Amino acid sequence: MTDQDFGTYAAALFLLIGSGFVFVGAVGLLKFNDPMTRVHAPTKVGTVGIGMLLLGSMVYSNSLGSTSIHELLIMAFLFVTAPISAHFIAKVNIHRRACETPPSPPRDETWSTLNSPEADQKNENLKVGQS
Amino acid sequence: MMRVYRWLLPHPLLTLILAVVWTLLQNEVSSGMVVFGIILGVIIPLMTSIWWPDTPQGFRLGKMISYSFVVIWDILVANVQVAWIVLTVPNAKLKPAWIVVPLELRQPEAITVLAGTITLTPGTVSADLSNEGHSLLVHVLHTSDADAVREDIKTRYERRLLEIFS
Repeated sequence: MTDQDFGTYAAALFLLIGSGFVFVGAVGLLKFNDPMTRVHAPTKVGTVGIGMLLLGSMVYSNSLGSTSIHELLIMAFLFVTAPISAHFIAKVNIHRRACETPPSPPRDETWSTLNSPEADQKNENLKVGQS
Repeated sequence: MMRVYRWLLPHPLLTLILAVVWTLLQNEVSSGMVVFGIILGVIIPLMTSIWWPDTPQGFRLGKMISYSFVVIWDILVANVQVAWIVLTVPNAKLKPAWIVVPLELRQPEAITVLAGTITLTPGTVSADLSNEGHSLLVHVLHTSDADAVREDIKTRYERRLLEIFS
């Protein structure tokens, strides 16, 4: 078996594993029925799924003899940005009271998302009442 | 000498990261591109340094590297676990929970790293910080023992981060 064959099989294996994880992420997004549990599936399963796809791309281009290391950067950026988007989705859920209200923190007054001036709180209550 | 170094490299780690990112973007390692990356890594922090908050003091790179290996391993395990929960646990039996992690970490950078780690690892997403920054709100996908999850976060990640940012 030549290097290129090996590269092809390895890349195919990585693509299969990666697309499996991405598929499970999509299933989780559809299956869960609470906005907060929905955040879980895509953030974690998505990162490794896409990481595997990128690993497949790296292995394949290396076996063809042209080294490609761009993918490492994509992975690094993905790992840095995925928690931030998850964090913001969670904050929006708390802000819109779309999920169970979290328990109040032991040492401080409240969570920063719920910490809005009183004038704004009236407006928020109105909006929640209307919808 | 030390002052020249401080003036030239206000953020040594940022310089290193910029040089590495530039080299990776070129998609091939050549000495010219590495030198150009280092030049960029010196110029960009110098030009933007007035907008940067203070350099975090006492950052241990070696411990950070071993920490990132622990985290990468946990991410792999977490993915298999979450995939298993998605496929096998029906919605009615799912036990999501909020847990509150009291923080000993003070630096914003350290708390950011901890929050990011929590989101990427077993069944937890960090959702919010309390208004004075003393506790972190974490959402757990499926647990029967919330205290164990909190202990795990505190001993496995926060203790290591306290050593890194000390």
